[in-house]
Amino acid sequence: MMLRNWSVRIGSMVLVLLVVVALAAPWLGTVDPTLFDAASRDLRPGQPGEITTLEGDTVKHVFVMGSDSYGRDIYSRVLYGTRVSLIVGLAVALVALALGIVAGLVAGYIRWADGVLMRVMDGIMAIPAILIAIAVVALWRASLTSVILAIAIPEIPRVTRLVRSLVLTIREEPYVEAAVALGTSTPKIMFGHILPNTAAPLLVQGTYICAFAILLEAILSFLGVGLPPDIPTWGNIMAEGRVQFVAYPHNVFFPGIFLAVTVLAVNMLGDGLRDTLDPKMTQGRVRTQVLDEHA
Amino acid sequence: MPVLLVVAVLVFALLRLAPGDPAAIMAGDAATAEQIASIRAGLGLDRPIVVQFGIWLGKVLSGDLGESFYFRIKVATLIGQRLEPTFALAALTMLLAVLVSVPLGVLAAWRQGGWLDRALMGFSVLGFSIPVFVLAYLLIWLFSLELGWLPVQGYARIAEGVGPFLRHLVLPATTLSVIYIALIARVTRASVLEALGEDYIRTARAKGLPELRVLVRHALANAAVPIATVIGIGVAILIGGVVVTESVYAIPGLGRLTVDAVLARDFPTIQGVILFFSVVYVLVNLLIDLSYVLLDPRIRY
Amino acid sequence: MRRLALFAALFAAFTASAQDKVLRVVPHSNLNILDPIWTTQYMARNHGYMVYDTLFGTDEKNRIQPQMVEKWSESPDHRLWTFTLRPGLAFHDARPVTGEDVVASLERWGKRDAMGQKLMTFVERMDAPSPNSFRIFLREACGFVLEALGKPSSNVPFIMPKRVAETPADKQIDDATGSGPYIFAKEDFKPGDKAVYIKNTKYVPRQEPPSGTAGGKQVYMDRVEWNLALRDAQAQVNALARGEIDVIEQPAFESYPALQADKNVQVVNSNPLGFQYMCRFNHLHAPFNNQKVRQAALAAMTQEPFLRAQVGIKEFYRSCASMFTCNTPYGSAKGSDIQSKSNIKKAQELLKTSGYDGTPVVIMKPTDLAAIQKLPDVAAQLLRQAGFKVDLQAMDWNTVVTRRAKKDPPAQGGWNIFCTAWVAPDIWNPLANPAVGALGEKSWFGWPSDAELEKLRDQFARETDEPKKKALAESIQTRAFEIATHAPLGEFIEPLAARRNVTGFVTGPGNLYWNIKKN
Repeated sequence: MMLRNWSVRIGSMVLVLLVVVALAAPWLGTVDPTLFDAASRDLRPGQPGEITTLEGDTVKHVFVMGSDSYGRDIYSRVLYGTRVSLIVGLAVALVALALGIVAGLVAGYIRWADGVLMRVMDGIMAIPAILIAIAVVALWRASLTSVILAIAIPEIPRVTRLVRSLVLTIREEPYVEAAVALGTSTPKIMFGHILPNTAAPLLVQGTYICAFAILLEAILSFLGVGLPPDIPTWGNIMAEGRVQFVAYPHNVFFPGIFLAVTVLAVNMLGDGLRDTLDPKMTQGRVRTQVLDEHA
Repeated sequence: MPVLLVVAVLVFALLRLAPGDPAAIMAGDAATAEQIASIRAGLGLDRPIVVQFGIWLGKVLSGDLGESFYFRIKVATLIGQRLEPTFALAALTMLLAVLVSVPLGVLAAWRQGGWLDRALMGFSVLGFSIPVFVLAYLLIWLFSLELGWLPVQGYARIAEGVGPFLRHLVLPATTLSVIYIALIARVTRASVLEALGEDYIRTARAKGLPELRVLVRHALANAAVPIATVIGIGVAILIGGVVVTESVYAIPGLGRLTVDAVLARDFPTIQGVILFFSVVYVLVNLLIDLSYVLLDPRIRY
Repeated sequence: MRRLALFAALFAAFTASAQDKVLRVVPHSNLNILDPIWTTQYMARNHGYMVYDTLFGTDEKNRIQPQMVEKWSESPDHRLWTFTLRPGLAFHDARPVTGEDVVASLERWGKRDAMGQKLMTFVERMDAPSPNSFRIFLREACGFVLEALGKPSSNVPFIMPKRVAETPADKQIDDATGSGPYIFAKEDFKPGDKAVYIKNTKYVPRQEPPSGTAGGKQVYMDRVEWNLALRDAQAQVNALARGEIDVIEQPAFESYPALQADKNVQVVNSNPLGFQYMCRFNHLHAPFNNQKVRQAALAAMTQEPFLRAQVGIKEFYRSCASMFTCNTPYGSAKGSDIQSKSNIKKAQELLKTSGYDGTPVVIMKPTDLAAIQKLPDVAAQLLRQAGFKVDLQAMDWNTVVTRRAKKDPPAQGGWNIFCTAWVAPDIWNPLANPAVGALGEKSWFGWPSDAELEKLRDQFARETDEPKKKALAESIQTRAFEIATHAPLGEFIEPLAARRNVTGFVTGPGNLYWNIKKN
């Protein structure tokens, strides 16, 4: 039923392809994406050059997507960059969902915690997401963990709000009231009865977070406050390429296409899921919440 | 304003718990440990964090955001200097987005399933997916370098003339507006679609009212609240969106100020700017809530 | 009517830019501190050369020449120096420059600047016997009085009004009043956006032609505007190509091909002495507390890969085996074989016999300083190829500066390698070059400790005979290579780029904005 939706179908097909590319990167004609040789700098797509291996041997290599100003192979970097982008997107979605679910359940179910928690969430929401992310990454050391946390933190309030509102609705349902009357423990009600009913909207929300996280990771790298530059990510490749964008547009062009296609695929998946899982959801409503952070 | 208090605590904690010493940075390469210590004492950084927070909060409550560690200029003055470019960019972006997206959304809803509708929906997913800076570089390359129509960078104050002002802002505003056009057009389409299914529309059409009048006076008017909501949210998130745009187009706005301040560990400036943004956010939300009263006669507070 | 007003405004905007001669410059960095005595930052120094004047200047041939001073004399025992100021010197607030202003300025500078501090150890007192003169009384004869007063780079002894110079040396000044060729437009200063300098019409230049920081400072521009917002390298190139700006002080190396291809743009080298790159080892901690491991690293770090990756343009760089820069009095290749005649295979062998136990090498990489950004990547790759385990850590330059001062082990926030660049005069002799100091924890970051090296440096400081000094400098360099204090990584120039209609750039340690014409 879900796969009959063309949006879901295209989106998931592209994503599966990207996952395959990411996993199979070493066998797709790539070289070590961090290796460089100054003799091969600024090659245009398709030009041959050379790469010096870690053992100190020099080998011939064709730069399918050209090379950057270090002389690194853009094709290898873009392919390996797929891994980073997918990991960041997935990890941010999982972290934000996990923390948001816990906070949302607590806020929705435990009255006294509700006020405090929601005020804190309001506070986080009042700070533009990109500023939180920049501050976290720049002030703490940039690493995969700090970048994932930096992007996930501003997402948490939205998940929390969604879960809380769902909890408030569901707890009025007869079967939950019955469970309460039967003396079922609070955690059991929360995780056994309420959580399963929030799965569908959270899945949709999760895809949007994932798409947003992939974009924001690239933006942070682009601003120079993202993952360390020696890790090949699409944002890093573009950040290095922007210096000579006019002369060598391939440095921005190839990772840019990969980034746009990936985010597009995740977004399409999300849109499709939303339409199939919950036709009642007004177009754009969940999107609106997610877009809060597109900044 | 408990929200702002929470923001204040969060920001302060985030900054002060992070490693990095502004005193060492300011002192320069050749400074000794004693010099750094004396600078730190001069900035008040040697006191306990709670005391520092108290002092800062007290000043903020009396309207004083403090002084930049670096420029030794009032943070409020710094914000004032940077306000115009950011505000102008945000306002023009929003104006452009609304002018383009609302008619598009209405038309798409009117001919649901038609080519315009499908094109718009496709475009809007694309709009969410293209990184702002990639778009920015494409526009610069096309309009400034190839065609030579517009300046590649910079900002002209409105006092320098409306012409230069607009010429400098067209590209940044266009770049930034794409995502909002996508967003607002979608919501407009959805809301108008919902309204078009209502009985009163059928009644209006049955009465033989012109289609344009039905669309605008009835359908669009009734879809106004969700549209206003999304525009309001759009304004709030624009605050962050300008950071990237300002960076690419070298616009000396608040976004650049924040990034620079973070890199330089200029605590008072970071705190001041983020607090300022949060106030704007809260105010915008308040305005949206108030606008509901005007837009929807059913809501009364 | 409203349309008329609009046109009027537009017209006014266009004519204002047509009438004033404005030079629009993208400086090499951000201007955030306006006190060139308080900080050694080059941006503050360049700001100082706009606003302030100096007693002496250093000409293109590195000779000290009088600037504000008209004539001077020293007593037969070399202990009393008397200086007379040339007539017509006035601060921007129209007050004349007096001997008292000079004395106060020198006193403040003498508390901050390294050379100034050294000079002050000789100075008994200073005074101003008449409004247009000042005297320096020395305890004993001192050979570098004029060199100190005419020092071209940070901290430059700029002359400020007495009321400003009385600001405590550890506090920044608030008042940018000077007596230099430009007036700082304080109300137009927008940090991170722009700084504006207006021609000082009352300034009386010397009659000699300009040369370095000496000679006549003729001003032909009405305004010089520093664009502090334009920091994206590609945007700088685009803006220069379109004539939206006139000068880029330090284009990114990647930008030169595009700049050289533009027929409206010229590339001018106003700092022919150039710069030297170096990477520094931390001698306090493993693995670089082991001399043999340092030697292996030095052997791996041959200069060509660094220069090719970082600079890339053949005409802009050259390998130079000397730690004291090449084509200078102490430039020599003596003792450099371990680095200059090496390759990866040799480094691999050296490392195998060194007892290296696989301790990862923490290399600090600044992400926001394009001029040295690639050096750490090259170091990482070469060391990996030699067999090291490397932990390349990215951070902003501010963090590098904070962290390199930490003596903690790398695992607790310390470091093993950082890289930087020097202007040639800062490192061209064994006393000035901080990297060959080996007084342990009292030395420059990296803290090498070696009695023999220190003994040689001490001999050098006492020696007055030039050939003997040269021989000593060679011994010092040989010893420094032997204990591998640091890795010199070759020399480069970084020419400015300007529109073709801008002429008259003055050669000097920084970017100087007098004598410049725009046609």
